[in-house]
Order: sequence, then structure tokens, then C-alpha cells
Amino acid sequence: MEAGKLSKFLKNGAIWGFIVFELIFFSVAGQFLSLSDKAFMDVDNMLLLLKQSAPIGIIAMGMTIIMINGNIDLSVGAIFALSAVILLDSMTWTIFAGLGDWVIPVSWGLALLTGVVLGAINGLIVWKTGVDAFIVTLGSMLGFRGLVFMYNGENPTSNLNWTLVDFAEAQFLGLHTATWFLAVVTFVIWYVMTRTVHGRNAYAIGDNREAAVNAGIKVGPHMLINFMIIGFLAALSAVVFYSESGSVNPNDGQLYELWVITAVVLGGTKLTGGAGSILSTLGGVLAIQLLRKGLGHIGADTSTVNLVIGLILIAVLFLDRQLNTKGKEELKI
Amino acid sequence: MASMSKADIGRFLARQGILIAFAVFIIGFTLANERFLSPDNVMGVVRSSAILGVMALGVTFVVISGNLDLSVGSMMSFSTIVVLDLHDKIGPALAIPAMFAMTLCLGAFIGFLVGYLKLNSLIVTLGMLSAIHGLTLTYSGGQNMDIVDKEGTWFAVFGQGSALGIPVPILIFILLAALLGIILAKTPFGRKVYAVGGNGTAATFSGIKRARVVFLCYVMSAFCVAVAGLIQASRSMGSQNTVGQGLELDVLAAVILGGASLLGGSGTIFKTVIGVLILGFIQNGLLLIGLQFYVQYVVTWVIIILAVWLDIAAKRGKLWSNIA
Repeated sequence: MEAGKLSKFLKNGAIWGFIVFELIFFSVAGQFLSLSDKAFMDVDNMLLLLKQSAPIGIIAMGMTIIMINGNIDLSVGAIFALSAVILLDSMTWTIFAGLGDWVIPVSWGLALLTGVVLGAINGLIVWKTGVDAFIVTLGSMLGFRGLVFMYNGENPTSNLNWTLVDFAEAQFLGLHTATWFLAVVTFVIWYVMTRTVHGRNAYAIGDNREAAVNAGIKVGPHMLINFMIIGFLAALSAVVFYSESGSVNPNDGQLYELWVITAVVLGGTKLTGGAGSILSTLGGVLAIQLLRKGLGHIGADTSTVNLVIGLILIAVLFLDRQLNTKGKEELKI
Repeated sequence: MASMSKADIGRFLARQGILIAFAVFIIGFTLANERFLSPDNVMGVVRSSAILGVMALGVTFVVISGNLDLSVGSMMSFSTIVVLDLHDKIGPALAIPAMFAMTLCLGAFIGFLVGYLKLNSLIVTLGMLSAIHGLTLTYSGGQNMDIVDKEGTWFAVFGQGSALGIPVPILIFILLAALLGIILAKTPFGRKVYAVGGNGTAATFSGIKRARVVFLCYVMSAFCVAVAGLIQASRSMGSQNTVGQGLELDVLAAVILGGASLLGGSGTIFKTVIGVLILGFIQNGLLLIGLQFYVQYVVTWVIIILAVWLDIAAKRGKLWSNIA
């Protein structure tokens, strides 16, 4: 019993322990290896890190629900890109010409609506056809990306609105706008998953779908809602990111699904569904961003970051299984 | 017995479905543009599908064994870069086996993780996608690789040569498809692959070494990737680091389109070849009738969903799912 508790504690705390380890490692290593004389754990640097975590982090919260449900969504990068295109392009539509800066909330609304609709398409197909979410979203990842390209060819869609940029670059209580969005999303999704019936159902369905059906949970609509949530969050991520940058390439968001899934798995959510926590996902997001930033800080290039993240993902999978089997053995006794 | 034949009918329908769709497409495109079925065009489509096709053959083994391989795209970039780099350093005769050895090592590593350590193949190969991409960038220093003396080498034969009037990439694709098709359909190893993917526990109880079968499937997939990298390198004689990026999804799309279930245990090499050809001909046909290049993505999406949906619907005998 004692040992079971210990392994559970280790598992839940592991991601935060890893973050502390990263902070110490990069601070110390940075003293010797870094080209800049700024410390790694500089306040501005850490605030920037939180801001840079936001685009992946916001989507990762939705992916956690999807994965707790026992599904997966590979199309988030494409939803991100299409919402961004709608966001920036709709600001220049002539029907909105008279709105002035009031076009901003309208465009935001349109972008978010795009995300929700795309998510609903995924969800409806998963629900009505019974095709595995992996295949459905693999297909729509191609399809949605095709829509992005059909919209504007290979040209970037650009529209810099200075009011919007000011808003996106603003800092409130020290934190950037994007960080606030990440914080609010994390809190809301955490609340949904731990304090509401919807959250409880998500775990139940992922854990044992048949039992959930027998318990009277409407699995189809439930999954549809979750796909709409992740579509909304992918669009929100695009809104946060492109309000500042003002220009979207049709290839933007590619491999986002990879980063997001890596963050969620690092946070300990099971691919098979039924287990996972929003706060640990936040840990996973921060750990990855720390790793990217830290490796950059000590002078490593992108290639090393890719290599290290890939291997860490596999190592986590291995350790997680070891801990799990250990935990089960303890329970048997 | 009755349920048995019912399942057979379902399977039969599923296979017919994909062939019928293929035939309808061919007829439709031919009516729209008579150039579509001209020998030149057909040869061109098959030739440009060969690289994707070769990779899909290996992934078919992995998928039938009940696993996924998302790393084939970045692995293909790796083998292309390595063989181009070594070509100028140690000559093509040594570069090719060296590249095959390195690629097979990567495949063996994945096979070890998924087969012997029983780690989830989706996550492992997702991690390896990133890791191998990093490895390739480290190897090349981020530079594009080019063969300096493009005229004075026989290396171009794999991608640009032709024998008996047929381009070599097509010949390689056909030969490899025949070889792997026989291995999968006619050998004990092939039957073990189906057994492991169909019901791993039952396979283990009947004395099949699951770990070794899965391991070998990944090694085979890596071998196919090495062949694809060789064709790619030889065709272009120079390459970027990201030449294979995103190919893993096209490959998987082709395999799924061929009717292999991601749950494992079903699929054939022949059907994968059909899947590859469907993707190739649709892309080509859409371009010939004057549509934008990117429309093919959307069409591929619709076709994948429809193909898998009809396959499932045929098996459960009902169009709509049972999900409440």
C-alpha cells in the first residue's frame, strides 16, 4: 500500500521534478556553455517562456480531454492554420469595412467558429461512422490543410492590425496576454475535468466504453462535444498567436499535433484513455518549452532539440510502463 | 458456418468496394480527358508513385502486425541524405550498403522498442520521427546534399534508368511488391504476422514469438524505406533534409485505402499497391481535369473516410455506427 502510494506520487510529481531538474541543469550548464551573459532563470526569460508555451499549451488542454476519452486528434495543426487564415483574412472583407476596430471581435468570432465547425465535422464522423478517430483525423488533417491551400494558394495571408498587436503584446500583472489565455484555458478545462459531470464521463468512457454506455452515458454526443472543444482551442491558439504576428503561411501549424501529443504524453496521459490530468499536461507543455529554450541557451541547434525530445518521449513511455507494472505488482500483494 | 460465410461476404464486399471505386475513377477521368489512360501518362503516374509505394509495402507489414509506423518519412530523409553524402566520400558501391546498414539499425531500434519492450508504437514512432529528423540535421549540418559529379557516376540508374523500356523505379516497386507479397501470403512468417496482429495473446499461446515477429516487421519496413531513399537520392542526385517530411501520412493513407485495418490482422500487399495507385491516379486525374493541386488533399480525405467507413459498415452489416 505504502509503495503503491509512492509510485503514484512519483508519477504525478515526476513531470514537475523534471522541470526543476531542467531549470537547475540549464542554469548551471548555461554558466559554462552559454554565449550570452544573461542567466537562464532571468525573470524576462521565464515570462517569455510562458508566453511561448501558450500556442501548444492551449491545444494540449483539448488534446488531454480527447486522449482521456480514448481518442486522438491529428488535425489540430490544420485547424490552427485554417482558423488563422480566416482570422486575418476576414478583417479585410469589405462587408466589415465600416466596423473600424470592432472588426476584431467579429474576426475572432469567425476564427473560433471555424475551429468549432471543423472539430464538429471530425466529431460527427467519429460518432456516426464509427471509424477510428486516428483515421478520421488523419484524413481531415490532409483535408483541412488542403482547404488552407485552396483558400490562398501558397501565398501567406497577412494583415497586421496595430490595435490587435498592442493587445497581444500587452502585459497584465507581468504576464503576457498569451500567458493569460493559457492560464484561463487551463483553469476552465481543469474545472470541467475535475468538477463536472462532463469530466467524469470523459474518464468513464475512456476507461471502459461499454460500461459507460450501460451506465447511460451518451457516448456519441459526448465525443462530439470534445472534438468541438479541441477545435475551439486550436482556433483560440491561432487567435492568440496570429493577433501578434499578423501573417500566416499555409504550412503553419504543421507538426503541431506532434508537439501537442508529446506534451500530453509527457504529462502522463494514457493513449488508451481513462487516465490523465490537466495540470500534468501543463507540466508537459512547460517541460518541452524549457527543453527547447534551454538547449538553445546552451548553444545547441534545432537538430539536437528534435533528437532529445524524441528520445525523451520514448524514455518517458518506458519509465511510465516500468512504474505502472511495479504499482500493479504491489497491489497484488 | 453461417456467420463464417457472412464474414466472408463482408470481406468480399469490402475488397470489391475499393476496386469498384478505382474503376469508377479511371472511367470518369478517362471520359474527362483522353490523355489520362495514355501509356505515357500511366507510366508517369506509376513512376512517381514508386517511392511512396515502396515505403507503403513495408508499412503494410507493420500495420498488419497491429502496430503503426509514423517514422518512415523522416527515416527516408535520413537514408537519402546519408547515401548522397557517402556517395562522394566512399563511392556508390560502398555507400549503398552502408546506408542500408544504418537505416536497418534504425528499424531494428524501433523494432526492439515496440517488439521486445512492448512500448506503444504510435508514441515510439512519433518520437523517432522527431529523433531521426534531428539525427539527419546533425549528420548534414543542416546543409543540402548534392552529388558533385552528376555525370561521372552510375548511381543515377536506380531513379532515372530504365530496362526493357520500363523505368527502374517501377521495376523495383514491382519486384519488391511481388517478393513481399509472397512472403506475406505464402510463408510461415507471413502467417505469423497476421496471427500476431489478429490476436496477439492467442498467437503467443500458440507458440509464436510475438516480439520477434514485430521486430522483423520494423526491420522490413526500414529496408523498404532504404530502397525508397535510394530511388529518391538517385532520381534527384541531391536533396534537402526534409525530403521525406509528411510522407508517413501519405503512406499510411495508401495502406488504409488498401483496406488494412489499423487494429491489425488484415490487409494484403496487393491491396496496398491498389491503394498507392488510387492515390497516384487521383492526384494525376484531378490535375489533368484542370483542378488546383491542393484539391487532391480534400479528395483524399473524403476517399479515405469513405473507404474505411464502407469497409466497417460491410463488416457490421449496418451503415451507421452503434455508438449511442
